[in-house]
Amino acid sequence: MMVLAFYVAIFVISMLIWGRVRRHRARHDFTSLKTVTFGDESAIQPDRVASVISVLSVFLIWGAFTGSGLVPLHVPGPFVGEAAFTYTARASDGAEAEAGVRIAVHDPAAPAPPPPQMTPAPGFAQPDAAVVQAWRSVLLRVSENDGDGATVIAIDGQPVAVDQRVTVAGGTVTLTPRGSLNFEAAKGMQMEPIWLPSPEAVVARFIEIATNGYQNTSLWGHLGASLARVLAGFALGSLVGIPLGYAMGLSGWFRGWFDPIVEFMRPVPPLALIPLVIIWFGIWETGKVVLLFLAALWIMVIAARSGVSGVKLSKIHAAYSLGATRTQILRHVIIPNSLPDLFTGARVAMGVCWGTVVAAELVAAQKGAGMMIIAASKFQLTDIVVMGIILIGIVGYGIDILMRIAERKLVPWKGRG
Amino acid sequence: MSGLIIDKISMRFDLPGGRAVQALKDVSLDLRQGELLSVLGPSGCGKTTLLNILAGFLAPTEGQIRLGDARVTGPGPERGMVFQQGALFEWMNVRRNIDFGPRMKGMAKPDRDRITDHLLETVGLRDFGDKAVYELSGGMQQRVALARCLANDPDVILMDEPLGALDALTREKMQGLVLKLWKETGKTVILITHSVEEALLLGERLVVMAPRPGRIFREYRLPFAERGVRMDLRQVKKSEGFAETREEILSMIWGMEEEIMGKRDSAA
Repeated sequence: MMVLAFYVAIFVISMLIWGRVRRHRARHDFTSLKTVTFGDESAIQPDRVASVISVLSVFLIWGAFTGSGLVPLHVPGPFVGEAAFTYTARASDGAEAEAGVRIAVHDPAAPAPPPPQMTPAPGFAQPDAAVVQAWRSVLLRVSENDGDGATVIAIDGQPVAVDQRVTVAGGTVTLTPRGSLNFEAAKGMQMEPIWLPSPEAVVARFIEIATNGYQNTSLWGHLGASLARVLAGFALGSLVGIPLGYAMGLSGWFRGWFDPIVEFMRPVPPLALIPLVIIWFGIWETGKVVLLFLAALWIMVIAARSGVSGVKLSKIHAAYSLGATRTQILRHVIIPNSLPDLFTGARVAMGVCWGTVVAAELVAAQKGAGMMIIAASKFQLTDIVVMGIILIGIVGYGIDILMRIAERKLVPWKGRG
Repeated sequence: MSGLIIDKISMRFDLPGGRAVQALKDVSLDLRQGELLSVLGPSGCGKTTLLNILAGFLAPTEGQIRLGDARVTGPGPERGMVFQQGALFEWMNVRRNIDFGPRMKGMAKPDRDRITDHLLETVGLRDFGDKAVYELSGGMQQRVALARCLANDPDVILMDEPLGALDALTREKMQGLVLKLWKETGKTVILITHSVEEALLLGERLVVMAPRPGRIFREYRLPFAERGVRMDLRQVKKSEGFAETREEILSMIWGMEEEIMGKRDSAA
């Protein structure tokens, strides 16, 4: 909730500030002279300043809530240092005495300090000391050294009942049903590294894995393994799917035969096929490539089919009356005409394949981006998990950008027929 | 060098639900080599169907088409086609669009280039050979379409409202170009249009078709195309007989339209 509130606050404040700044910088391009921009899609350009602030604020919030050294502002962190409170014990004869408790709370990354030294108290109740990591709790059997039958009746002077929580310096204390005190160090608002490591921890882990590798394979080996599977599955899917799609676009028999299969298989998510693919093809490379082949196949079939169906009849007629044969029409009219649709399909297929390969590697793999994060999660290495997620996102985004560049280079006529 | 004979063409096809449509009934026409015919009629009179039959994309249910000694049974390069718009291949530049026909025939590159250069010059696109077709304006695209058709050296050129999507000024310029090309090349040209003025300007012969069933309603022999070759088209429109003929044909077509609407009203 806090995080969301911060995020919305940054969004609103930066929007207001940037809006104010922009108003002072007069622009005189055509769009700036439009009086109606609400609802005019062409007048809406993504504000690149907003994009930059957006990315920065994600890192700012990430850093602020993980105590990162890269970010100047932090939300309050966990309590570290010496927590102390006093308790009042009552002996079986009704006598009451007070004693102090001191707990050294230390940073989990630092070695544990020795327990604080305590001087004996005048009454029958004797002081106690403990050591605990930040964010953790420790059970204090305070009355153990206070003689038989002594029970805790108050903490810091406040009377306390079983399961009642009392706030003390550096944390909270709860009286357990068995008479012990459970001290919980104050957590603050930052996240534990096991939930979410700080950005620099992720970067450090990235550098470490980029140089040393992870589980006997270099980082590039992991990413390369995933990419190779995607490319193999996509290539096979296109190799089968595109001709099949063309056949479905050009022949009624093919369309009638394969329509039910394609329409049935298309809505089945590739992940649902994993169990069957594993049973049939095993859990290693063959199984994964088959799975990605199936993920890409239907998309490419449909793209090729719609590419053929999308050719304007007048173009076909023109080619016929210019004397072209059927082979020439296929080669010079139908195939080039379908390229924009094929590219759209290829972009979708690559995206789906990339998502599917990661999921497939979560199930079983010796290397790969998905294997890396699932293996790390088993050892609670959250920094590797976060790093893996970021790398998967970057690679997926990179694939899409490359496909878009290729599209612009290879089919410049797209959408302009 | 041979004439085009349209011999009692009828076109009748079944609709789902057992009804049948008589799109054309007993259409006959003889065209000499080099004749310029324009076909006019209200929508639904079967003029596009007729053109598709001439091109060989449709087979008539009765009658036949003969070009010279050969019977037309399918599309062929001796009957070139110019479409309204969007029939260019946008993955090829202007030059490759124009030499598509010769290229498919396997003509050698120097010969192809000679033809293409000449045609680019003829249609006024000399410096546009290497442009992508989608970079050209609508009028220029139709110039490319004309050149592409001519590059194949057909005996007959079939035009299906080639200027229909152009603005009025461009259209008038293109009408002049069509007349010029017709005169220079001596091709037989059949032009379908829904503009009465265009039909008058671009027809030595003008056929007015009537709907339900599609048939030839009246035929004219007109002097305006010949005049258009010699003088400015705007002068032709002011010349003797033009306005009267236009009014006569317009009221004829209006009559047909009203008849259709009347039939529809009484049916409803």
